Parts: sequence; C-alpha cells; structure tokens
Amino acid sequence: MSTAQLIQGNEACVKGALAAGCSFYGGYPITPSSEIAEQMVRLLPKRGGVFIQMEDEIASLASVIGASLAGSKAMTATSGPGFSLMQEHIGYATMTEVPCVIVNVMRGGPSTGLPTSPSQGDVMQARWGTHGDHPAIVLAPASVGEVFDLTVKAFNLSERFRTPVILLYDEIIGHTRESVVLPDSVDITNRTHPDVAPEDFWPKEAPPAGVPPMPGFGDGYRFHVTGLTHDHRGFPTNDGDIAEALITRLHQKIETNLDEISEVETYMLDDAEIAIFAYGIVGRSAREAVIRAREAGIKAGLIRPLTIWPFPTAEVAAAAQQVDTMIVAEMNLGQLIGEVERAAAGATEIVSYLRVDGEPITPTVLLDLMMPGTGASS
Amino acid sequence: MTDVKTYLREWAMPHVLCPGCAHGIVLRSFLESVDQLQLDRNKVAMVAGIGCSSRLVGYVDFCTLHGTHGRAPAFATGLKLARPELNVVVVTGDGDGLAIGGNHLIHAARRNIDMTVLMLNNSIYGMTGGQAAPTTPEGSVASTTPQGNTEPNFDACKLLIGAGASHVVRVLAANPLEMTKVMADAMTHPGFSFIEIISDCPEYFGRYNKVGGGAEMLSWMAVRDEGITIPLANKSFVKHVPSSAPPSGMKTGVLHREVRPVYAGVRGEQ
Ligand SMILES: Cc1ncc(C[n+]2csc(CCOP(=O)(O)OP(=O)(O)O)c2C)c(N)n1
Ligand code: SF4
Ligand SMILES: [Mg+2]
Repeated sequence: MSTAQLIQGNEACVKGALAAGCSFYGGYPITPSSEIAEQMVRLLPKRGGVFIQMEDEIASLASVIGASLAGSKAMTATSGPGFSLMQEHIGYATMTEVPCVIVNVMRGGPSTGLPTSPSQGDVMQARWGTHGDHPAIVLAPASVGEVFDLTVKAFNLSERFRTPVILLYDEIIGHTRESVVLPDSVDITNRTHPDVAPEDFWPKEAPPAGVPPMPGFGDGYRFHVTGLTHDHRGFPTNDGDIAEALITRLHQKIETNLDEISEVETYMLDDAEIAIFAYGIVGRSAREAVIRAREAGIKAGLIRPLTIWPFPTAEVAAAAQQVDTMIVAEMNLGQLIGEVERAAAGATEIVSYLRVDGEPITPTVLLDLMMPGTGASS
Repeated sequence: MTDVKTYLREWAMPHVLCPGCAHGIVLRSFLESVDQLQLDRNKVAMVAGIGCSSRLVGYVDFCTLHGTHGRAPAFATGLKLARPELNVVVVTGDGDGLAIGGNHLIHAARRNIDMTVLMLNNSIYGMTGGQAAPTTPEGSVASTTPQGNTEPNFDACKLLIGAGASHVVRVLAANPLEMTKVMADAMTHPGFSFIEIISDCPEYFGRYNKVGGGAEMLSWMAVRDEGITIPLANKSFVKHVPSSAPPSGMKTGVLHREVRPVYAGVRGEQ
C-alpha cells in the first residue's frame, strides 16, 4: 500500500514518467522545469535508462526522437523559450509518427519574460507552434497528483497514437509541494510492433484513420523515416493524393478516438446557471470559487478540461446551452477563450477574466465576478 | 565482394542526384566499406540532415533517418545512446553540418559519441539552388554571391579537431578507393570519427564558377590536394582540366587520431 509523500509537481512528473516506462531523457536546463532533469539524472540510470543533457532544446527533442526510434519511451522538459526551439521537432515527430512526451512548465513570456512566474501563455503555441496542418494532444494538470496521472497518460497516448504529446502546466504546479498518494502501479500502453516479416513490412502502411505498427531501429526491420511527405513505404513523394491522405490520417487517428484522449472534469455543473471554464492551476481557484458561490446561494459550476487539445467542443457547447453565463479565466490575454466562444456559438454570455502580471488568479476574484451586481451575474 | 547494388533500395530509384554529382561516388565507397567490414545491415543506422548529400540515406537498405536541417548529430546521439549496438553513421553536407547544424556537430564531437560522420563538402548549398555556404571559398560565385564570395570560409577539420573529435580525416571524392579505406577505418574507430569528403556540385558550383561538369570538377578537386598536386596535376586523365585550378594546399589523409573515453550518456551498470 502506498503512503503519502510530499512532492513537487516537477517531481510528480518524473515519477509518472518512470511509472509509464520512460527510459530516455534528453534535455536542456531552464527554469521552472529544471527539477525534472535533475531528478531524472538521479533516477533514470538506476532503472536501466539513459540521461543526457544536450546542447540546446532543438537537440534535446532530436535526441528524444532518435531514442524513441530505437525503441525507448523518451521525453524532454522545458519552458517557453525552449518550447519555441522545440517546435521544429514537434512537427517532425508528428509527421514521422514517433512517440515522445514534451513537458512545458509555463512561465511568463514573450521571450525570456518572467522566468520564475506562472503563466498560461503557451496554450496556442502548444496547439499551433509548429508549421503546417497538424493535430496536437495537450494535457493540462491542475495539481501535483494530476501531474503524475497525466504524465502517465501522456506516455500512453503517445505510444497508442504514435504522436508527440505535450504536458502543459505552469510554474506554480511545477514548484508547489503537495501531499499525494501515488499508485503502486499504473496501466501502461506500448506501441504496436509489426506482425509481418521484415520483407513484407512497409513502415507507414495503415488504414485511413489507423496507426501503423512501429518496430525499432535494430529490431531487424530496415526502413526509412523522413519528415518529407511520404507514401506507405515511408519514401518521399510529391503526389498530392498521397499527401492529402497522409495529413488526413494524422488528424483522423486522433479525432476518431476522442473517447480515449479527451478528459473533462465538471463540478456542480448539473443545475448551474453560471459556469467557470478554467484549466490548469486556474481550475483549482475556480473550483474553490464555485464552492464559495454555492455557499452564497449562487448556482455556480465548473467545466475544466484536462485535455485542452483537442479542444472539448462538445462538452463546452452542452454547458453553454445550459448556463446563462460562462466565465473564462486564463493566465494569458485570452487564448482558449476563442475556442470557448466558437463552441458556445452564442448560446451563453461569455465573460473573461484574464491576467498576465505573473500572479495567480485567486478564488476571491472569481467569486466576486459571480456575486450579484457584477457584470457576470447581473 | 558483394555487389553493392544489393545494399540499395532499388525500389526507391531513380535517385534525385544530378548527372555527374560526386555525392553518388561517395555513397558507393561507403557501401563498399560496409561490405568490407561485413556489418550486419540490421545494425547499421544512417542518420542525415537535409540537402542533396543527406538524401543519400533514402536509397540504402539500412535503418535510415532523414531528419531536419543540421540536426542529424543530435538525432544520432539519442539513437546511439538508446541502442549502443547500432553502427551509427551520419551523412551531412557542408551547409547542413557547418552552418545550421554546427552546434550539434561540435557537441557530438566533444562528447566523443561513438559514431561516424560523413560530411560531403561541395562548397555550396546544392539542394536549394547554389547559395553560398560557410565553405564557399572567397571569390567563388554562388547565387547569393554573384560578385564572388567576400566572406572567409572555414576549415571543417580544424573546427572538429578543436571540438574534440577523436578521429578526423579529409578525403577526396576523386579518390574512391581511398574513401572506402578511410570510411572502414573510421567505422572501426571507437568514438567520434569525422570524415570531410571533398565532393562537388557540377550543377551549381561548377556552372557558376565555370569549372566544368562532373569529370572536370573531380580533376579540379584533385589538383587542389597538397599531397597529390604534383603527380596528378601533370597527369591529364580528363580532357579540359582547367589549368587555373587553385593550388589551395588542402591537406588530405588522417589529420588527427586519439583514443579517449567514449561518451554514452548517464546510465547504470550494463
Ligand atoms: C530549417 C531549414 N532551413 C532551410 C532549409 C532549406 N535547405 C534545404 S537543404 C539546404 C542546404 C543544404 O546544403 P548542404 O548541406 O551543403 O547540402 P548539399 O545539397 O550541398 O549536398 C537548405 C538551406 C531547410 N530545409 N530547413
Ligand atoms: S544540385 Fe549539386 S549537389 Fe545537388 S545533386 Fe545536383 S550536382 Fe549534386
Ligand atoms: Mg553542400
């Protein structure tokens, strides 16, 4: 039976990664993510894994992709400036369908910004940072315990769908210590290996919304991997039909499996007249605000996506049909609010509370927004 | 000796190289070196960046990774650390390896990761249409230096020796038998081996600088070699060898060799 332990979000991330079977870490130091690397270098070798500090974040993710192609479960962790540098290889991993996990412990931006302050400024970059049309899976934990769970989930989804998965949380969650009871074991998903002989194997052979099986380099299957648009043989082509089929499949393997990917928490939403939409650390303040609002007789509820990309359009649309007002609270100048508005399609009044001063959004300000006489509840 | 064709993915032909491009000669020499060493094909991983030179890996029947521009040594590092039994060979160009990817190259050399890097130096960006590279000699014409390059170029081997590469060689694509020997030698060296291969680009460098097509460029290349200038310069084995070939005094052969600890990441007891 596990016992309670007092750990940081960044430590929970390491524990989650190890529980999920991570055996390679390549990274470059940056606040507020560095504790992940510092823990990994201590723990990974004991588990038979390998750690390397690379020369920059471009190289970090390249090394991770190389290790994953060799059969390892691999990850890296960074913050805003490094996340910008990783975009090239997030696209490469998406196109080549190489599983990997990228953690971005968000700090204030743009540029080096506010290195030690929390932010949710990278939500859109996590979705659209790399060039070209591509899907994205982005998970946003709200507590230390959830960092553990979603790190495991990130690895499992990356293996299941052969795609990079981004874990996005902020400096507060990364550095806060909370008492958590972690499970003794977790459910693990591994990539599928080919069931055909090497001479009958093509690396990108898959049905329209399917995920091709993936051997490792050195396993006896000799194949080509390229970021150029490629056919089922993994070989470059300029054929427009093949290009369209590939990009469509990359999207559809995600979009047709939302039940496995999407996770949305609702709290007291059933009879709510006013809802808060929040994610990550803001989701916790929002939950507290909902509790206090209920005590004050206000029918408040919470909708909190743990999977922010793909965006939970159906869930937000349903909530918008029901409530009179939806408050969207974010530690940025309005990034997911556009998606909320699109999903709500005018069905409810949307009020925003946005903050970029490096300070958290407190339950009190959200409660005030819901009190009678304020714009949100009048 | 096995027919080198058996190492090719014939289904992937025709290849993208221009007629006369020396990159193909380099590939043949490499395949011969793999054959000489009798390496298990399943354990050969070739990792490339982006460029005409980097495209070579698409045509060989090994595990092949065509990565992003300049980043091949970083992909290769992860691959090697995760699967130490692989023979990891990086194929890069002068633009790929020395401009955008210079940082990755020097750090892989510094760490002495056990891999072999083949850098095909044709003094130009071939794939994108003949723009100047960090290796374009001063005065040479490229599409972005129409009046002749005014930037100094650098010496890749000196850079790599400075960075800590434990085995550094320069060889000419005009000398295929020597290339095969040098490559086999490099692959058996424990640690980071860097081979600068003087290749060419008749399509752009040759045309812009009026040094002829593939055959002429090979001769032109050979007379620039310090070691073989005299015998080769006097030997007219190709017609129209331009007499104006610059005697650049380029040193070929093994320029540095040492045995020092190979880096394999922070790992537990194996
Ligand atoms: C990030 C990025 N920038 C630019 C390019 C365009 N590009 C493709 S190949 C190349 C130059 C390749 O030159 P070199 O490495 O010398 O190879 P060669 O074609 O001469 O063999 C460039 C600039 C790219 N693919 N990616
Ligand atoms: S452009 Fe130049 S380097 Fe590229 S294949 Fe043609 S001749 Fe070779
Ligand atoms: Mg070149």
